[in-house]
Amino acid sequence: MPQAIEPMGPASTGRASAALLPHLTTVPRRTGPLPALALAGKAFWRVPRESHYAKVGLVIYLIFALTAIFADQLVNYEPLEILFADNYQLRRNLPPTADHWLGTSYSGRDIYSQLVMGTRSALAVGLTAAICVVAIGTLVGLIAGYFGGWIDNLLMRLADIALGIPFLPFVIVLASFMGAAQSNVVLGIALLLWPNSARVIRSQVMSLRERAFIEAARVTGAGKWRILFVHIAPNVLALSFLYTSVAVGWAILTEASVSFLGFGPSDTVSWGYMLQDAYASQALGRGQYNWFIPPGLCIVFVVMAGFFISRGYEEVLFPKLKG
Amino acid sequence: MHEEILLDVKNLSKSFILSRSVGDVIHGRHPQVDAVSDISFTLKRGETIGVVGESGCGKTTLGRMLLKLIEPTSGSIDFGGEDLASLDRDSELAFRRRAQLVFQNPFDALNPHFTIRRSIYEPLVNTRVPENQHDQMVADVLIRVQMDRMLHLLDSYPHQLSGGQLQRVVLARALVLNPEFIVADEPVSMLDVSVRAGILNVLREVRDTMGLAAVFISHDLALVRYVCERTITMYMGSVVEDGPTRDVINRPLHPYTRALVQAVPVPNVAQSHEPLALTGNLPDARNPPPGCRFSDRCPLAEDICRQSRPPLRTAEPNRRVACFMVPEMVAETG
Amino acid sequence: MLLSVKDLKIQYKTRKGIVHAVDGISFDVPEGKVVGIVGESGCGKTTAVRSLLRVMPPVASYAGGEINFDGSDILKLSEREMNKLRWRDIAYIPQSAMNALDPVWRVGDQIIEVLTKRGGFKKAKAKLRAEELFEMVGLEQKRLRDYPHQFSGGMRQRASIALALALSPRLAIADEPVTALDVIIQRQVLDTFSRLQREFGLSVVLVTHDISVVAYVCDYVVVMYAGKIVEKGPVKDVLSSPSHAYTIGLYNAFPELSADEERELSPIEGGPPQLLNPPEGCRFRDRCPFAQEICKQEPVEVQVGPEHFSLCHRAHEAAEMREKARDPAVWRGVVTA
Repeated sequence: MPQAIEPMGPASTGRASAALLPHLTTVPRRTGPLPALALAGKAFWRVPRESHYAKVGLVIYLIFALTAIFADQLVNYEPLEILFADNYQLRRNLPPTADHWLGTSYSGRDIYSQLVMGTRSALAVGLTAAICVVAIGTLVGLIAGYFGGWIDNLLMRLADIALGIPFLPFVIVLASFMGAAQSNVVLGIALLLWPNSARVIRSQVMSLRERAFIEAARVTGAGKWRILFVHIAPNVLALSFLYTSVAVGWAILTEASVSFLGFGPSDTVSWGYMLQDAYASQALGRGQYNWFIPPGLCIVFVVMAGFFISRGYEEVLFPKLKG
Repeated sequence: MHEEILLDVKNLSKSFILSRSVGDVIHGRHPQVDAVSDISFTLKRGETIGVVGESGCGKTTLGRMLLKLIEPTSGSIDFGGEDLASLDRDSELAFRRRAQLVFQNPFDALNPHFTIRRSIYEPLVNTRVPENQHDQMVADVLIRVQMDRMLHLLDSYPHQLSGGQLQRVVLARALVLNPEFIVADEPVSMLDVSVRAGILNVLREVRDTMGLAAVFISHDLALVRYVCERTITMYMGSVVEDGPTRDVINRPLHPYTRALVQAVPVPNVAQSHEPLALTGNLPDARNPPPGCRFSDRCPLAEDICRQSRPPLRTAEPNRRVACFMVPEMVAETG
Repeated sequence: MLLSVKDLKIQYKTRKGIVHAVDGISFDVPEGKVVGIVGESGCGKTTAVRSLLRVMPPVASYAGGEINFDGSDILKLSEREMNKLRWRDIAYIPQSAMNALDPVWRVGDQIIEVLTKRGGFKKAKAKLRAEELFEMVGLEQKRLRDYPHQFSGGMRQRASIALALALSPRLAIADEPVTALDVIIQRQVLDTFSRLQREFGLSVVLVTHDISVVAYVCDYVVVMYAGKIVEKGPVKDVLSSPSHAYTIGLYNAFPELSADEERELSPIEGGPPQLLNPPEGCRFRDRCPFAQEICKQEPVEVQVGPEHFSLCHRAHEAAEMREKARDPAVWRGVVTA
């Protein structure tokens, strides 16, 4: 129960302290995880300014993001539309022309349109999966690291199980049982990839727990949850961002692999789908480099961008590692 | 001047169980360290005690127990009449409003993501002080720690401030709740020499004007002399001497205190270079000597010292010493 | 004169520009004497002493001056020749020396390695010498077989001293050797330095922030502030008649055990200046209660006693300044930015 505290102390501070009052504003009580995120968000934008790697990575992401957003404006054809020439011939395996910048596929589809539209699904899967993975990983890491004991044990054993399951086969099995939808790929990724970030965040939390300012929070009356979300979390969110950027790359790769193996959805175009299509149509034998190199390159760039960003964060947030 | 007892520590002990090596397991050993052994003392309202000792003597552990940050293994701590071990959540919050901690490392004691303003307000928020009182209390404390000329720092982050400024903020945070009791754990040891005086002066002034009771932990006798009325010396977890600072330093009764005082250098070329009256090194905390823990290094040690632990006895009015070689004051009868 | 430093300048290249960490310092170390370098964090003392051995980080560079060791300017030596000097003629005891011991080797073996590899000792002789060294620093010989983690902090410090002195150097440079130690161990280590000085004629350059340590063990003292030497001379003179406002301020800021209890300490307000663009004139000007117009000009070294020098414009008024400085109000009145 809040009780009125009688301020002790001599009256002489009265006048002087009154003069200070205009400079002070009460800090709002509701300081939960959201302000913590805001604080960490500030740090997020600071990094690219200081690291070339992060800048490059972010620029690449930006390009892809803009492509995904304005995909409709950028393409001329529907990606899955089977196209015919004026003479009712299938526009099959055409080389790059003014009309089809990257040529057409074996089924007469415009490759360029597929590539651009594929950006959407890549980013959608990548971002969603990455956010899920890191959200789960961070939460688990925070709770396991801070509370320790049986909770920690339980969570880490779950992590072990998730790590023990072979990744791609699991996603394939999931897709087979639950249908080849992108959401299932995301689900599979989220279920299996969280332990990596969880472990690292957990050890970060465990070392943060011993820091003086955490003890200060305890001594000034903060409860366990407040300490966890207001004091500890902002200090690990930087790591979370780092993992997110790497996870996006992995998620896209996974999605591409699954699609390539034929277990992905056949109604949405993705880069993996393109590669699978090219492979099944023996594009390599025909030397149709315009078909399979572009999606491959795109995958490489996006994953690379993710690693660049994470490298940038590492440089800025953990400079001591540079040696 | 101060009559009412604020803090009553009785037979306080804390042992840490250590991880066992293979050798320990084979020999059936359970190594443990008695960080704090059977300590008893009282602190009156408004009194400042210095706790002096070398690393490993248990003073930091003691400080943490006094603030309920570590649970004792045995013994009790009464604060304002209440046993700390039996506090429920609400009473614990009330206790936190009355007892605070000043940290050693100013660079680590503040959350790096909080502005200074936020850090100072934090205790008020945590202990649910009514919001309409917040600003006034912060204004008061800023004046007390003499930060009223540094208001522009309020919106800065810890990494932008110097050590001395940071420590002032730490002090402000500790005092903003108007506590009755603080534990200051080596509050200036990480600061530059020219800056220490500022913090020490604030501590002295706050002691005088706020009637604050304080336990001041330090390995530096000179600091303790400047700030504390009473001094306790600790050795390997036990109190070996307890008395008014002036007397303990000018006329130490316990041989360890004597060595400590003698060992402190002064900025005077004509100081004594006489060898210290003690031998050897600090024994392994896992295997303290039987009997008096200081016996293997003490120039006065006799058989009784090696066989039993000397109790803390009154040797002079207001002075207690744990040493067989120091005669106990004969109590006046009647 | 065993070591003679003249007008030494060291700069650091940083992203924001050049930091003049050490800006023209000169001091001497006579044979068999202990010289203390006193100053606070950022004054350049660690940079200065590391430079005496030419072990500086790549971003640091010499920007002028001479370091004359035993007659030759070591700044002009090749790396090869310099390497011969290190450990043999000049030894370095770094700040966290207790952590400088390799944890996976026995302490004795580390000493023996230095003796055999760098000193050309034969194994048997090396063992004897190691025992000798331990005795010299007050450690039991049987502890030679222990690993560093079995030593306490103070013992590791003494072991590092033994290691540094293995090849009987003529000069030892100790960077804050007792800062992290308890007061009793500190005393033992300082006594060790004194004994080495007496019995073996070892010269020592001892860096510290604690003027009590200087008073206890040093013959000469050099006071550094913001990359410059503001006062230097025999310890007795500098402590009894400090002639620079900073030294006077340090003295008054220092709690000492034996002082008059009622004396209030006076902190020196503010902090040292940035060494990226050092201010014009006296660098202590902003924090000095005795600053005048003339202090905006570059100060010149003034002799205030035999071997005693001060870099204060008002050094000749030192007695007056000392008197005024006793009043804490004088220090509180200094307005800093």
